[in-house]
Amino acid sequence: MSEQKTPLLSVRDLKVDFGTRRHPFHAVKGVSFDIFPGETFGLVGESGSGKTTIGRAIIRIYETAGGEVVFKGQKINGKISKELDHEITRKIQMIFQDPMASLNERAKVDYIVSEGLYNSHKGISKEQRQEMVHQALLDVGLLPEFASRFPHEFSGGQRQRIGIARALIMQPEFIVADEPISALDVSIRAQVLNLLADLQQKRGLTYLFISHDLSVMRFICDRIAVIHKGLLMELADTETLFRHPLHAYTQALLSAVPVPSPDLKQEQPPLSYDESIHDYSVDPPVWCEIEPGHFVRGNQKELEAFREVLREKPE
Amino acid sequence: MDQEPILSVQHLNVKFSLRGKVLHAIRDVSLDLFKGETLAIVGESGSGKSVLTKTFMGLLDANGWIDSGSIFYNGHDLAQYKTEKEWLTIRGKEIAMVLQDPMTSLNPLKTIGAQIEEALKLHQNLTGPAAHRAVIDILTDVGITEPERRSKQYPHEFSGGMRQRVVIAIAMACKPQILICDEPTTALDVTIQAQILHLIRNLVHKYNLTTVYITHDLGVVANVADRVAVMYAGDIVEIGTSREVFYDAKHPYTWALLSSLPQLGVKGEKLFSIQGTPPNLFLEIKGDAFAPRNPHALKIDFEKRPPLFSVSPTHSARTWLLHPDAPKVEPPPVLKRLVQEVSL
Repeated sequence: MSEQKTPLLSVRDLKVDFGTRRHPFHAVKGVSFDIFPGETFGLVGESGSGKTTIGRAIIRIYETAGGEVVFKGQKINGKISKELDHEITRKIQMIFQDPMASLNERAKVDYIVSEGLYNSHKGISKEQRQEMVHQALLDVGLLPEFASRFPHEFSGGQRQRIGIARALIMQPEFIVADEPISALDVSIRAQVLNLLADLQQKRGLTYLFISHDLSVMRFICDRIAVIHKGLLMELADTETLFRHPLHAYTQALLSAVPVPSPDLKQEQPPLSYDESIHDYSVDPPVWCEIEPGHFVRGNQKELEAFREVLREKPE
Repeated sequence: MDQEPILSVQHLNVKFSLRGKVLHAIRDVSLDLFKGETLAIVGESGSGKSVLTKTFMGLLDANGWIDSGSIFYNGHDLAQYKTEKEWLTIRGKEIAMVLQDPMTSLNPLKTIGAQIEEALKLHQNLTGPAAHRAVIDILTDVGITEPERRSKQYPHEFSGGMRQRVVIAIAMACKPQILICDEPTTALDVTIQAQILHLIRNLVHKYNLTTVYITHDLGVVANVADRVAVMYAGDIVEIGTSREVFYDAKHPYTWALLSSLPQLGVKGEKLFSIQGTPPNLFLEIKGDAFAPRNPHALKIDFEKRPPLFSVSPTHSARTWLLHPDAPKVEPPPVLKRLVQEVSL
């Protein structure tokens, strides 16, 4: 589906380190993927796997230690010109996890939503700015009157909508959604998911959707990458990944998701993933496109086994 | 189930006073808990599921009180308990609790062993080598390897999943009759969640525990529960065996809750979502609390609180739709997929 298209965002061998130079901690150890315009790309992994770090490295919150992030043909990590920096701050926006913590408690919604405009649209009048805030609030299903209220007056779902409005007002092309619904209740979750899908359709937005909830990912993502300890394990179309996971880690992760149907309860413990099953001492693993659009990490011997599985796969 | 209930809640009302106003958190709830069963209580945040179980242990916040009703356990009415001394005969010994966040429910300044010993000393008068041996046994029980070494470590040396195992160990230390798990896995990763659920399930079998799970994750509910109670705005709106609630739900709120599962969504289409917001519990609720958000609401729903209609001996729901005179309303067709094909 994606061969002809040029990616909107390309990540090439991205590395992010924390700690000091002498004792670095490699949070992301060389990750590569492409995100195409208009798609929802999912990044799934356990806590500490580096999924949030990748999202933050893309929007330049974290410095990269190596590799490239290319947005619309331009390199955007490391040292870049001031103009480009300005441009991507506008074009790439982020939605955060916890709507209770990510909104300024002392500011009114009006200011929260329009704060970005003070930097990027310096010339506009107060009326224009208010008009934009009203429009952004309407876009996310809130009333324009809410602009004069404080965050504490809203429920969790409404706060998350404010967070989305704040991203939308900049008219971004690409949104990094870092666990946008994990902190919300089941019934509110559906509302926010629908809103995100709706906005994507109307505005042609592209999402990087970071989450650990596989059932939500399956519903919203077009393609999913599985990350474990700073390395991608597998990347494929959502359905391919769920139906024919190749990598042992992906299989373990999928087996752990509880099924909401009592007749299908899992009596046995889920598969556990043990890294020692990989013998990488002589034959180091590579990131390989094993079938079109389906990437997996493994050494030559493992890749051969994966190919065997794919040949036997019923069509 | 013709067993005697181990714990029986009768017409319980709990209120909180907040900023000069009174919040009615639990509204006339009755519930029987049977020996050896696993009951899951599901509901949105603010539906009162945690408050309800906190009353079993006398752990209501200082601004909350039991307004009326009773909680019978072993012939005693826990709702009449006032002093800490009375509660200490129940808390930990008879009813123990596992809380959501293992990062905050352990004392960072004490070793794991000391924290488990504390519970043993308080409730079983075990000290010295006997207590130490008991600690090692319990740690082995909850699947912590090298218990001897681990018991001398501090909480920060444990991962999230291991910490939750320690919390479970403390809860189990006094061999309680009832174990209350308040969102035991919400703060954990899926893989760890599966392990912890498996552990709790094993302990329940081994010690014939009665368990109450509080959660909003329907996947977890389907995996652990024998019976499910659905709470909305401080009231139990539907209760039944987990098969009855998942496959043959009767209350529109249960329908709505199940339909909004992302597993039932079709890609590219809208996921079902409940419109509106939960009612304000500061105000008096008239009729069915869910009526304003319920597309199937009848006129009477706004006027009179529905009684608990019984569907089967184990299944009942509080909705006027079950009244013989009510129009027939079919559950949303999407729920049929729960039976057929939900995988993952």
